[in-house]
Amino acid sequence: MASKYKAKNYRCLLNESQKTLNQTKHWLMLNLKLNNLNAAMLLGATMLFSACGGNTENAEGGSDLTGSVQIDGSSTVYPITEAVAEEYRAEAPDVKVTVGVSGSGSGFKKFTRGDIDVTNASRAINADEAAVAQENNLSFLELSVAYDGLTVVVHPENDWVQDITVAELKKIWEPAAQGTIKKWNQIRPEWPDREIHLYGPGVESGTYDYFTEAVVGKSHSSRGDYTASEDDNVLVQGVSTDPNALGFFGYAYYEENQNKLKAIPVDDQDDSNGAGAILPSLETVKDGSYAPLSRPLFIYVHSKAVERPEVVDFVNFYLDNAGELAEEVGYIPLPDNLYEEQRQKFEQFVSGSGATANQQ
Amino acid sequence: MTNSDINRLKDKAFQVFGVFCTFIGLVVLGIFLIDIIIEGVQRLNWDFLVNLPSRRASRAGILTAWVGTLWILVLTTIIAFPLGVAAGVYLEEYGKKNKMANFLEINIANLAGVPSIIYGLLGLEIFVRQMRLGGSLLAGALTLSLLILPIIIVTTREAIKAVPRSIRDGSFALGASKWQTVWHQVLPASFGGILTGIILALSRAVGEAAPLIVIGALAYVPFTPSTPLDEFTVLPIQIFNWTSRPQEAFLTNAAAAIIVLLVITFLLNGIAVYLRNKQQRKVRW
Repeated sequence: MASKYKAKNYRCLLNESQKTLNQTKHWLMLNLKLNNLNAAMLLGATMLFSACGGNTENAEGGSDLTGSVQIDGSSTVYPITEAVAEEYRAEAPDVKVTVGVSGSGSGFKKFTRGDIDVTNASRAINADEAAVAQENNLSFLELSVAYDGLTVVVHPENDWVQDITVAELKKIWEPAAQGTIKKWNQIRPEWPDREIHLYGPGVESGTYDYFTEAVVGKSHSSRGDYTASEDDNVLVQGVSTDPNALGFFGYAYYEENQNKLKAIPVDDQDDSNGAGAILPSLETVKDGSYAPLSRPLFIYVHSKAVERPEVVDFVNFYLDNAGELAEEVGYIPLPDNLYEEQRQKFEQFVSGSGATANQQ
Repeated sequence: MTNSDINRLKDKAFQVFGVFCTFIGLVVLGIFLIDIIIEGVQRLNWDFLVNLPSRRASRAGILTAWVGTLWILVLTTIIAFPLGVAAGVYLEEYGKKNKMANFLEINIANLAGVPSIIYGLLGLEIFVRQMRLGGSLLAGALTLSLLILPIIIVTTREAIKAVPRSIRDGSFALGASKWQTVWHQVLPASFGGILTGIILALSRAVGEAAPLIVIGALAYVPFTPSTPLDEFTVLPIQIFNWTSRPQEAFLTNAAAAIIVLLVITFLLNGIAVYLRNKQQRKVRW
């Protein structure tokens, strides 16, 4: 969110400064932002802006499907869906695919009312949301499209943390830690007597829900005294400038900022899925050894939507291309056999649409 | 030192202080502008303006975003202009100065300070759900109209107030009715001020992302809208979306989109100043 404010600030400051500049020249004593804006006009005049007509791109594609596919939901899954929608335009140029970013919760709200056809979700649908779909006579299907590895990071100058266990993460993040766990040496005695500063996604995000579920054991439950931001770039900024920091966010944000951050291998103390502490990477997330912080990303589609051929075609296209495109935008593809499984699940759902119970 | 010397010194000190205050705002603005221009200007080219959104930052463009922004601007003007000016004229010229008027006045002033996201929620319930407009341009424009109506009403009233009493009296003395006075004397005389207010209100609307995201404006729209009932995206949403992406190249895109948005805002402000200056020259009492 902070970045949005950043963008808005330019305008606010703009108006403020122009106000001061021209305090003396009021004609009308307007108490709003109605002041003289000569500076703006000068700048505006130097930058010529010309408008042009509508889009005339109409490439010949391989499909004569028409109609629309409306998608909304998680902003985490958005880059994958955007990539798929972009590629799908070459396949079926007359199908209008639109994607919103109102968030997983908001997406489910529209999805369960049948307002949209497909919703992006960075968490599974919950019981309340499923009940609403039931009320509206919609059955739905959950499809995994990629993985994200939640990455635990510290400042690159932090030389004391070499690995961390899930139990230690729990000790740091559980609600009881609020106000008591304040120093590194409270977590592991050999760590220094320095303050620990925590950074994490805001409580509205699916990332937060998943992390608390996996680490604390209860979804949506953690200490409240940490620096929270809905914008992962703000967290990157925070951790990379604070030597006492510890934070977590999606793998893509670590991957793009590797020179500014140090990722910590996580040990789930369960050797059946890889022994010892494991760093997140394309391989460890994909083969399941980076547990429990690998999380699946989903799309959901409902029974009414799959009555339309363009939705079926789009979802099939999605599952065929999700792996490659997910990797391109910074996520981790599922193993091939899992994509095959999703395709079969979807095929069954389409052929038995309405008759099948809701499956997750 | 004599008393007058001290006073002169105080005078000088205050002048320096005033200049300093003026420059703080300007310097901060300058830093922001330079920072954004340095980052974004190399990305700004014709392709950027006419390309569709894309997962590849280097191929992504803002066509649907700025076309959506222009649509929103035009529709919002069509809706908010007559409503706001009529409300202002009523309150200033026709409304009786009683408790009700007082109540309205306080509420309009309060409405101007309500956070924009609240208008988004209102728009979602009334326009998107009750009126079944969905996440369309029309729903977005109606929501933004609500957002800027208080500003337009207040500026209209101020502009009308600035018309001298003698003009009205003269008009009435010549036998003009109230409506004729308002239409032929008061409105033309205050039109420059009203227009300036409207354009500045619009340049606030043009930068809003939050209320439009709430009513369901989209982020990926691969076609430009052709009717007011089409779905849409706007520049601030595109900027918001790009700044939250992990890849550096998207941040550059965001900076370039910010420049385009700033140019639109500056143009609007420029038009406002032009119209007002023109008006000032024309009105001679």
